[in-house]
Amino acid sequence: MIETMKSPSYPAVRRFVQSPLVNGIVRIFRYRTAFIGLIIVAIYLIVAVFADSLAPYSPVDQQPKAMMQSPNPAHWLGTDEFGRDILSRLMHGATNSLRVSVFSVAIACLFGTILGMVAGYVGGLADIIIMRVMDLLFAFPAILLALFIVTALGAGARNTILAIAIVYIPIFARVARGPVLALKTKEFVQAALTLGAPHSRVLIRHVLPNISAPILVQVTLALSWAMLTEAGLSFLGLGTIPPNPSWGSMLSDSRRLMELAPWTAVFPGLAIMFGVLGFNLLGDGLRDILDPRLRM
Amino acid sequence: MVPLYTCVKRGWINKWIEWVVASGGIPHHEPLPTFLPYLAIMKQFLVRRLIALIPTLLGISIIVFAVMHLIPGDTITAMIGTQFKLTETQAAALREYYGLDKPLPEQFGRWILATVQGDLGYSVRKGEPVLPLILRHFPLTLELALFAMLIAVALGVPLGILSAIKRDSAIDLAGRVFALIGLAMPNFWLGTLIILVLSLYFQIMPNAGNYVDFFTDPIANLKQMVFPAITLGFAASADILRMVRSSMLEELAEDYVRTARSKGLAERAVILKHCLKNALIPVITIVGLETGYLFGGAVIVESVFALPGIGRLLLDGIGERDYAVVQGTILFIAFNFVLVNLLTDLAYSWVNPRIRYD
Repeated sequence: MIETMKSPSYPAVRRFVQSPLVNGIVRIFRYRTAFIGLIIVAIYLIVAVFADSLAPYSPVDQQPKAMMQSPNPAHWLGTDEFGRDILSRLMHGATNSLRVSVFSVAIACLFGTILGMVAGYVGGLADIIIMRVMDLLFAFPAILLALFIVTALGAGARNTILAIAIVYIPIFARVARGPVLALKTKEFVQAALTLGAPHSRVLIRHVLPNISAPILVQVTLALSWAMLTEAGLSFLGLGTIPPNPSWGSMLSDSRRLMELAPWTAVFPGLAIMFGVLGFNLLGDGLRDILDPRLRM
Repeated sequence: MVPLYTCVKRGWINKWIEWVVASGGIPHHEPLPTFLPYLAIMKQFLVRRLIALIPTLLGISIIVFAVMHLIPGDTITAMIGTQFKLTETQAAALREYYGLDKPLPEQFGRWILATVQGDLGYSVRKGEPVLPLILRHFPLTLELALFAMLIAVALGVPLGILSAIKRDSAIDLAGRVFALIGLAMPNFWLGTLIILVLSLYFQIMPNAGNYVDFFTDPIANLKQMVFPAITLGFAASADILRMVRSSMLEELAEDYVRTARSKGLAERAVILKHCLKNALIPVITIVGLETGYLFGGAVIVESVFALPGIGRLLLDGIGERDYAVVQGTILFIAFNFVLVNLLTDLAYSWVNPRIRYD
């Protein structure tokens, strides 16, 4: 697809169009599953950002006259025991869930990538120390470590973000370190150093673009895990604080009246599942596109 | 189930042996050493791995200790809460007992010494030391995790093989969709749905009644455990399916498979006797890793099904701010996780003699 495009004459534009990122996005459209994933993710993002204007009702207003209604034209997905509209709560839940996932993965990606790059590039003692600490964080099951950190810090969105970020830092460190080890001996890196470029510039301008593909894949997959972890923590009552809507806590609340109002248990779960599925499909697809060696 | 003597009487056993011989016989390769003598051979490796375990365990302890100190304010006040007022002297006495008035490194030293001696602290809410409490709750979690892994392997391995040998067919598509759903479906939702369906349509309440342990009443115990185990094992089965599928596909493309086929072996023998053995080697790693993760997942599943395992203990501890229990449980699960990983490594080098760690 890129080949058929007329090569732009401005170097900056050409670099942008031919960058792995844009190249990848263009090629997504050729992969069916990745495309489905992209559509799902896009829908979730739109709903999350515009939840205020899209949601038909307020997510927290209680309507005593509309308690525990099954799905009907006025409330498409029904209402819960306080008469709150489930669709509206799910939409605002998307805002919460995506905010937590995006921020936590962004923090994890930033620190993890920096640590991994430094470990791989500097090598020696720095490498040993950084990677040992990362291995230690790997020695806990992810959900458990997040649970533990949130317990110590206290529930709430900010602490959840922090906890999930800490849990996923080692993954990014590992993903970044491997290729950096191979890249630092390459001629173009050596050439840049010989020309007098400082290490920071070499890392950012020469090494980083070459590891951006696996990191991008990892970001997408980590977003799906972060979404699951956030839902799990909220389910246990440690994530988002009620009455703010969150998919996990909606599921947890639904257990009390499940037999009377099964819809309260079904829809939040579907929301989580499709969100995670979307990011997984997109991540798997991106991996196929960007790194054909890892194709499953 | 057909009893064994019927099989002998009808000559099935002989037919089976004939089939094995006809399909190329059992391939020749060096017999695996049995596991215990193998450990003797690998003693050096084992000793080195056990020594390497010490800094890992120490590091885990440091992390657990550090996170516990993130708790804002004073642990004693946080633990007791506001309903119950301690006098200043009582609080001071407790602080002195726990060494909270000492500098951090000294606190850590005291704590780690106690931990090594099996003293994980005292649960204020349960009124007993933490370690016996954990040991009493652990068998359930262990059983749940192993049972879940059994289900995951029983589902994941055959489906993965089918998916690989019928690549790009409807079966393959079904297998891949199953894997995608398994990975995306949160276990607490699956558990909730299982309870919902069972109670609405079958009038079974899987999360009601008291827990019966396996040795008192195996049948009742398995009845209680089967649904939580399915819930917990579902995601792991999806992971195993993907792993088996991709490693089977890799093996099917190898030269020895072409050789086996060209010498006229039945396809069944090629797949079951030649490919599968090699394809299952990487699967061992994922099974080991997943078993470790199941200990974490068990926390949520136990809460869904109201099972009194170690996860339940941890969540109760969190809810009641019983920090000694929280700290002890987390440490215990992390130690188990590390041990499971070590065992996985050993099993991996055992079945794959090409790998020798030296």
